[in-house]
Amino acid sequence: MSALFSQFIDLLGAVLLLLAFAMISQRRILSLIHLFTLQGATLVLATSVVGYVTQQPHLYVSAALTFVLKVVLIPVLLHRVIDRLDVRWDVETLINIPTTMLIGIVLVIFSFNMATPIAQLSPSVARGSLGIALACVLLSFLMMITRAKAVPQVIGFLAMENGLFFAATSATYGMPMVVELGIGLDVLIGVLILGVFMFQIREQFDSLDIRHLERLKED
Amino acid sequence: MEPLLFVLGIPLAGGAVLALYGHRDGAMALNVAFSLGTFVAACALTAQVIAGGPQFVWEREFFIDALNVFLVTLTAFVGFTTAIFSRPYMRVERDRGRMTPPRLRLYHSMYQLFSFTMLLALMTNNMGILWVAMEAATLTTVLLVSVYRTAASLEAAWKYFILCGVGIAQALFGTVLLYMAAEKVIGADGGALLWTDLDAVKAQLDPNIITLAFAFLFIGYGTKVGLVPVHNWLPDAHAEGPTPVSAVLSGLLLNVALYAILRCKVLTDGALGTPLAGRMMIGFGLASVVAAAFLLIRQRDVKRMFAYSSIEHMGLMTFAFGLGGPIANFAGLLHMTVHSLVKSAIFFAVGHATQKAGTQLMEDIRGLIRVSPTIGWGMMLGSLAILGMPPFGVFASEFLIITTAMREQPWATPFLLVALGVAFASVFARVQPMVFGDTTLEPLAHRPAMLPVFVHLALGLLLGLYVPPYLDAWYREAARMIGG
Repeated sequence: MSALFSQFIDLLGAVLLLLAFAMISQRRILSLIHLFTLQGATLVLATSVVGYVTQQPHLYVSAALTFVLKVVLIPVLLHRVIDRLDVRWDVETLINIPTTMLIGIVLVIFSFNMATPIAQLSPSVARGSLGIALACVLLSFLMMITRAKAVPQVIGFLAMENGLFFAATSATYGMPMVVELGIGLDVLIGVLILGVFMFQIREQFDSLDIRHLERLKED
Repeated sequence: MEPLLFVLGIPLAGGAVLALYGHRDGAMALNVAFSLGTFVAACALTAQVIAGGPQFVWEREFFIDALNVFLVTLTAFVGFTTAIFSRPYMRVERDRGRMTPPRLRLYHSMYQLFSFTMLLALMTNNMGILWVAMEAATLTTVLLVSVYRTAASLEAAWKYFILCGVGIAQALFGTVLLYMAAEKVIGADGGALLWTDLDAVKAQLDPNIITLAFAFLFIGYGTKVGLVPVHNWLPDAHAEGPTPVSAVLSGLLLNVALYAILRCKVLTDGALGTPLAGRMMIGFGLASVVAAAFLLIRQRDVKRMFAYSSIEHMGLMTFAFGLGGPIANFAGLLHMTVHSLVKSAIFFAVGHATQKAGTQLMEDIRGLIRVSPTIGWGMMLGSLAILGMPPFGVFASEFLIITTAMREQPWATPFLLVALGVAFASVFARVQPMVFGDTTLEPLAHRPAMLPVFVHLALGLLLGLYVPPYLDAWYREAARMIGG
């Protein structure tokens, strides 16, 4: 039974990884938010399953917290921001998607290589998932580098947080509750601040293109 | 009652009260009053720790020992003096229309909350809460940096948020790995993230996991320290935010981030038994010193120049702690203290000078000593102090660091000496015409608060000439704890 669940968690990890790749290649802002919500939902499922298998009731609390934060609150906020900024149907021109994907694959191989010796030592049911979590973090990082618009960059930032959260649940059965609450609070406040910033940036530069934000350079 | 309750409670209450109180005339005085309250509470806490030794508060969630109590006092003190400096500074900004009422409200409230997050990061015993507090400190300072809402300040704040956000996310991954290693030894319930518990079992932590964890933690918190090559946010944030914010960023926040790295280093050294953590710190520290010194030459904005000087000094401290051993650790702690005091004093003087000149470009600031001798002297003496001229404290700590480096890592000495020389030449050449030289500038409408500048410089001088015995014992105790 436990083996089955363990495989199920690995499957969810694989879904997370696929979603991270989908985000890298997604051009439409609206679809990006959908993908992010889906990633949040996968995370909730994974956390609950780990909680069920290991009989750790506090993981249910953290799954509920993730649900409220990453499936409901943050996506709603993002939808309101893109509505008010009127960028709902925007399509970003991405150059060289195949190259980015190839770099992504290299990152995944690198993460698995790095995580393998450590995963051997993990007592967790989901020891394969540390590599996946690290790969998700690095892929989100890649996404932030390749994007030039403010909203996708913020989504990349949040996806990175998702990867970290997956690492915390799968490798260690979740962090202590106070820490998780603190992290949740920080993420929420961070999103609010970034949302306000987007309006200010738009007001100042008439655009959400981060490429305008390159005036401060070394002379 | 626990003094710790007040150390954390006063700034937290201050943040709430000032948010409600708004921009009315008393807000600036209230900001000073809350900062003074925090400082008094910090002194009481210090007295308690001196009398009773290291102690836990609230079921081991908070831990006060020699290493953090001196940083708590320093943070509260500089927070207080910066609030005094901020009063006339913000009055001028308000008269010039750069600070509107809502901005002033945001500024004062965030200033107090920022103090709260730093004190929380310093005193918590929980490595997870440490992370949460560091991230919260980033959030509050992002709002402080962007408070002018100009294009440049928004850009600086966005860059700061994204870079430090990504950096600190790496630190969270490191914290998860640390927890994973600790869980196997301590067990999942409760204590596995408490630093004191980790410290007790550090020799049993798995070296493989800890190596990786330290790498992530070092990169993460190192971004906040401003180590090269992840320093890009630092000069922008310093140059575009209000000057009191530059003073607390340089003087306090960078210290707190370095403190986080030190706590991690102690655990890593214990788990690995090899000097890996120290070697990494030596490498990155030295790279920061050298790169910052050469970037200093090209600066034209006075606040950017002193921001690069902060990178240089943080690099030097990281290098010193990387060397380890009683003398280098002692020098690192001393350098932390004097750098905080002197650098914030410089920013106070620079703040008044840039307001007077109406620009931050150094070529347009001239003849400070004619218009207002106190600002001129403050800037001159501050610059000499930060450049390591005897008899100021920076000279003493740099001397100790370089002599230790000569013995332990002789190859690094020429790099350090060249970098310090280059920094001296470029900063002095810029400051000299700003202070002397001809001018047509008018005096400021509000009398600048020069007392903090000279109090800080006097303390910096005192530490160069004579370290009081209790402070000496304190530094030695902290240096022993860092070990290496």
